Amino acid sequence: MTTIETTLDAAPRGATPAGFQGRSSGRAIRNQIARIVMWAAFFVAMLPLVWILGSVLVKGGQLLLQSQWWTYSQRGITARHVGGGAVHAIQGTLIEALATAVIAVPIGILTAIYLVEYGRGPLARAVSFMVDILTGVPSIVAALFIYAVWVTTFGFQRVGFAVCLALVLLMIPVVVRSTEEMLKLVPNELREASYALGVPKWKTVVKIVLPTAFSGIVTGILLGLARIMGETAPLLILGPYTKNIATDLFGGLMPTLPTMINIDRQQALQPAVDRVWAASLTLILLILVLNLAGRIVARTGKVRG
Amino acid sequence: MSSVTGASAVDHTPNPHGESPLGGDRASTGRLGDRVFGGAATGAGLLVIAIVTLIAVFLLSQAIPSLARDNASFLTSTEWTVAGGNPRFGIANLLWTTVASSIIAMLIAVPLGVGVALFITQYAPRWLSRTAASLVDLLAAVPSIVYGLWGAFVFGPHITGVQSAISSVLGWIPFFSNDTGKVDSSGTIFFIGIVLSIMILPIVTALSREVFAQTPATHKEAALALGATRWEMIRTAVLPFGRPGVISASMLGLGRALGETVAVAIILSTLANGTAWSFSVFNGGETFASKIANNAGEFDSPQKTGAFIAAGLVLFVLTFIVNAIARIVIERRKAFTE
Repeated sequence: MTTIETTLDAAPRGATPAGFQGRSSGRAIRNQIARIVMWAAFFVAMLPLVWILGSVLVKGGQLLLQSQWWTYSQRGITARHVGGGAVHAIQGTLIEALATAVIAVPIGILTAIYLVEYGRGPLARAVSFMVDILTGVPSIVAALFIYAVWVTTFGFQRVGFAVCLALVLLMIPVVVRSTEEMLKLVPNELREASYALGVPKWKTVVKIVLPTAFSGIVTGILLGLARIMGETAPLLILGPYTKNIATDLFGGLMPTLPTMINIDRQQALQPAVDRVWAASLTLILLILVLNLAGRIVARTGKVRG
Repeated sequence: MSSVTGASAVDHTPNPHGESPLGGDRASTGRLGDRVFGGAATGAGLLVIAIVTLIAVFLLSQAIPSLARDNASFLTSTEWTVAGGNPRFGIANLLWTTVASSIIAMLIAVPLGVGVALFITQYAPRWLSRTAASLVDLLAAVPSIVYGLWGAFVFGPHITGVQSAISSVLGWIPFFSNDTGKVDSSGTIFFIGIVLSIMILPIVTALSREVFAQTPATHKEAALALGATRWEMIRTAVLPFGRPGVISASMLGLGRALGETVAVAIILSTLANGTAWSFSVFNGGETFASKIANNAGEFDSPQKTGAFIAAGLVLFVLTFIVNAIARIVIERRKAFTE
């Protein structure tokens, strides 16, 4: 990386060395146009970001400053009324994310360990291919699959845990890919040193490889969580909304921020509209915090070579 | 490091030290701990294979009974009546809306994403480059339901002017004609294409950025030494090197656009059953994903559910193909660079 940048900086930019003809104006103009286009592309890409964050902040920011937003549920509050909070939805989102992580993280990390440390040949290729396919599975298809298993085949109710199962499908590939990259960064010398001391392979992986890659794995998990917390499609199909606080993943309804947004957005009354934007802002903030935490962990504890 | 491991970003570069990872079970001692741990890891890998297989099997097994009862041609019919004794449903409308909106998204997001990636890797001053990259990544942190709200209530009202301008100039092309009379609405395929392009922009940018950054310095120096301007250097060294990466990035973005659900469900206005067919992008409609989401409340009989699962199955197959192509392109590139 450093070499690339230094060579670029050293490259002749506009100055013509003595004795050479200047470059033709057409080429210089094309070069300038390209430069302008690239800068413009960046600003065009920033436009929606600023616009989205700005409008969500303006429309939803006010409710977040009230303490009851963080302490009350929507119990007994209709679209006509101001008030109530989002604590039920925040809680539901966090519970489902946690339950999803509890299932998805071990599977994801073990799969990554398999791919990096154990897997060779056609089976490993197949696993890797399937992880790619799983990465591309749309959330609605994951939700339909869980619906087909959970509701149609087994006849269970639509509950929070079914949502978690669908989210697990979406989270596994994220965890696998990021963990895999981190495990590959662990220098082989560490493994060899461990083997040379007579440590068995599994202990090498658990005690040497995983701790070395730990911060990277945590980053991957946080980014995976950030991805699934914003998912709405599985919730539409598998997780009916309620205005009350609910903590039971296996029975009854489970409110979450995306479903809260989705229910209230169908209302035209101002109190509900305000809550929609406030809930959106809350969700974005939750995801941003996770993202930020992931980045900080990644920066503080890089794999040491 | 041939093609053992996945198509993750790290795989784009050959290991800088040219090492190959320590070979598989040769390092195992064969003791109980090793066998249990190795078994667990292999089991997790097998579980992933099983999950993907099960997705296909379950969707297929629940779709087939409904498909068998379908009295219309599933692939070419535009009807969607799934209840009752005479179910007639087909995916022609859904397929058109899904593909058209995704193509519009690609037409915008790929050039823009490549431009942004080039900006970050080649043009931005060093202090800006990392910040710019994280800012673009921030777009990926916005949940799709928020894109939907923003598109429908904030951005949407501004797009109708653009739509009528395009339609009045290019209206003679069937794709842009106003035969549906929906130019003044923001619930069009055209508009959802634009919103989708913003949503997939971070995916296209992130992957392109990675491959561009890996262009060998020698290639770039060679171009510059021959007197190339910066743009000519990019055209002759960076872009050819990054092309497979850009292609697979676009494919991953396409996969995401095809399957996007909630934003589409919120923004795109649905058409009444039996509306006349139109090729115009200034038209409402439903994609596979939004059709399923919009009717999530109707999964009450196996026949109805099966019809929607059949639509989901087509979507699964579509994204499977697109992702497989992305994967193959990456694999082939690896074969060349190593």
